[in-house]
Amino acid sequence: MTQKLRRAAIVGGNRIPFARSNSTYAEASNQDMLAAALEGLVSRYGLEGERLGEVVAGAVLKHSRDRDLTRETVLGSRLSPETPAYDVQQACGTGLEAAILVANKVALGQIDVGIAGGVDTTSDAPISVNDDLRRILIDLNRQKTNAGRLRTLAGVRPGQLVPDFPRNAEPRTGLSMGEHQAITAARWGITRAAQDELTAASHTNLAAAYDRGFMNDLMQPYLGQERDQNLRPDSTVEKLAKLKPVFGGPDGTMTAGNSTPLSDGASTVLIASEEWAKEKGLPVLAYLSHAETAAVDYVGGDEGLLMAPAYAVPRMLARAGLTLEELDLYELHEAFAAQVLTTLAAWEDPVFAREKLGLDAAVGTVDRTKLNVNGGSLAAGHPFAATGGRIVASLAKELHARGGGKGLISVCAAGGQGVVAILESEGV
Amino acid sequence: MSDLYTQLVNNPIGKLVASNVGLPQPVKLDRWSPYASVVDGQALFGAAPGGRLLTAIAKVLAMVEVSTSTSLRTDLREACAAADLDAAVFNPEAPGEQRFKALVYDASGIKSSEQLAELRAFFGPSIRRVQPSGRVLVVGTPPENAGSPKEAAAQRALEGFVRSLGKELRYGATAQLVYVAPGAEDDITSTLRFLLAPKSAYVSGQVLRVTPAPDTPENPGALDWDLPLAGKVALVTGASRGIGAAIATVLARDGAHVVGLDVPALGDDLRDLMDELDGSAFELDITDVDAGEQLVTHLTAAHGGVDVVVHNAGITRDKTLGRMSADQWDLVIGINLTAEERLNDALLEAGTLRKGGRIVCVSSMNGIAGAAGQTNYATSKAGVIGMVEAMAPVVAKQGHTINAVAPGFIETAMTAAMPIGPREAGRRMNSVSQGGLPVDVAEAIAFFAKPVSGGLNGNVLRVCGQSLLGA
Repeated sequence: MTQKLRRAAIVGGNRIPFARSNSTYAEASNQDMLAAALEGLVSRYGLEGERLGEVVAGAVLKHSRDRDLTRETVLGSRLSPETPAYDVQQACGTGLEAAILVANKVALGQIDVGIAGGVDTTSDAPISVNDDLRRILIDLNRQKTNAGRLRTLAGVRPGQLVPDFPRNAEPRTGLSMGEHQAITAARWGITRAAQDELTAASHTNLAAAYDRGFMNDLMQPYLGQERDQNLRPDSTVEKLAKLKPVFGGPDGTMTAGNSTPLSDGASTVLIASEEWAKEKGLPVLAYLSHAETAAVDYVGGDEGLLMAPAYAVPRMLARAGLTLEELDLYELHEAFAAQVLTTLAAWEDPVFAREKLGLDAAVGTVDRTKLNVNGGSLAAGHPFAATGGRIVASLAKELHARGGGKGLISVCAAGGQGVVAILESEGV
Repeated sequence: MSDLYTQLVNNPIGKLVASNVGLPQPVKLDRWSPYASVVDGQALFGAAPGGRLLTAIAKVLAMVEVSTSTSLRTDLREACAAADLDAAVFNPEAPGEQRFKALVYDASGIKSSEQLAELRAFFGPSIRRVQPSGRVLVVGTPPENAGSPKEAAAQRALEGFVRSLGKELRYGATAQLVYVAPGAEDDITSTLRFLLAPKSAYVSGQVLRVTPAPDTPENPGALDWDLPLAGKVALVTGASRGIGAAIATVLARDGAHVVGLDVPALGDDLRDLMDELDGSAFELDITDVDAGEQLVTHLTAAHGGVDVVVHNAGITRDKTLGRMSADQWDLVIGINLTAEERLNDALLEAGTLRKGGRIVCVSSMNGIAGAAGQTNYATSKAGVIGMVEAMAPVVAKQGHTINAVAPGFIETAMTAAMPIGPREAGRRMNSVSQGGLPVDVAEAIAFFAKPVSGGLNGNVLRVCGQSLLGA
């Protein structure tokens, strides 16, 4: 069987502003927010009643009732109810992975158009019952007589009534993501000053993007929020320098300023074949041309938890026949400023290249003026699964507006994983 | 040979008293044990920009498998990558808990006095991270090989820097300077290994010069570093007791067949030790007129030649000069210097010393500093240094090397018999506040004796804990 691959086009995106945890969106569920982002996309691109090939989305923190979150969201939307959907989950890589999945099906000709998305709430988090109590409740359900039920209930102890809150910690190390990154940052000698500088640039760039109206067709207001709540347009290195470290002990370099806060929000991206876009009279902003995922052994090995993108990108570049410097824009998800800086340092390091990647020379240097030009997660916030969609849509738009070029997306994820992709645009 | 003071200040009360009163606080120095790692900890590797020894040093660090860190500077990282050294990153501007067992610095890029600031920039933030029995190694270009007077001055300046560091370092840590001549970049392996390892426990504030070796090994990593003298025959004079016995023991440990030589009066002790070391005993009075001839005949017949010659035999006959008899003078000069010259001449002339031969002489700190009551002894030991320096170019023509080791205060039966005043002064008046052990001298000699030490010729290495005497 021979098959001709098609180019998967990014037509556009829509998201809701991101809010800080337990704030504006405290009462909104994952389904509410994803529905809002999806409805905005449907309106913007005239998709009312359309039967799309597929809608793919996910959330990292998910209630058990949201088993089919995406399909339920589609059913509540103005898309044709005959549009199939499924959920994916790959930690913070969820949103980008969803876009890659839709793009791949478009490229293979299995679908003509699809939507990729992601949503997360840390406010309406899925609290579950304590595992001991869960076993007792299951046992209770199994009992056939009242006497048996009473006997089971009599086994309940006060401690078992304490619920399990979802924790931002790696199950295999017990360390939070920030604690992991603090170790990696120290290992790479990343300074506080460099992290604060990157953070200030993120806020400045995002504020500038809002000011020049860049965000207007990428976003719709939601629950009174018109801009990303975490954005501090007046953020400076001096102000950031006053914050106390939150990871890495009293001598640590990572603060609440140069780490992303817990956030709520949702994003969607419309991906289609060129023919479909042409037929509908819709623009093609860019093509999703390459993708790669990688994982590192942060448990038994000695690699940092969030270092997988440092491996994924060189592999993808080799396959694409590109060098790092040949890319025109770089979108490195700012989980922590230190994560971006360690990744950049690793790419510049001939030792990392030789010992970890098996390359003869360093991967390359990222021109900082081309890095996260419209701000990053440090300014926008980071509702885990929604970040990929935010980046894909804004990078596609920026490349298109610049008259074309190639852009890199790199997203680190829990579990020592990384999801990366390249967008290519031919411009207006 | 118990050093009671060192034991006292290393118990909790003694430690408290000594630190409050400001008394010297000697620590137990790390010493070598076979098959141990060369560096028991992490190394920090740095360089002044434009250094020519980066890759050569990185190769040694990779070979000894020490976990190494460098700053994220392109030249350093490229050198590490080229040497296949998986170096971590150290940034003095980012606080961290890192401690180092060794600091290794390539100073060959320093071409002017202004650039000496590089030393402070590197060592300032790292010197206090050196662990007990740690090592500081500065590697530079011999001033005589410098390209300009300014470069020569700056490279010569390194000596003052390193000697001061040796005095500032505490808890048994040491500092050395290695001058590497152009073309000798690949001959530094044995020197760096020795200075990094606990083998150099009692060596500090010293300067070694490495010149191009006639027989640089293709792949030093493939050599058997645990048995570097396997298949070699090593002659040790005065081998029955004290430092001589330690030398014989260490050379045997390194794989050599040791031919122990001593006067017939000490024959029993000599034979017992040689039996223990699977070596051979050879009784000879080296002041005999035909001692050279006898030795050549014996070595040729019994061993087919010799590869390593250690001139250790020596005596003292202390008297102030006005009270010294001609016999006392003649005996000391005769055994300590003239006999060595004669034996060397005989071995070289007859070709008994096989190609790549190593001659190592035992000089003395007092031969450098001088000592009251030892005009004869100090004269002989200074003469040994003169002999080594003058013979170095001569033996080099035949592919051999000749070097000297100058011990300081070494804990032996001889020093144990000294009066307490001079003994305690000798023990404490050095950077590690204690006497050395015979094995410390033996390790230095074994280092010069290695086949891979061909880049070392005409050196005088003091094993004195950086004694204040003659420094």
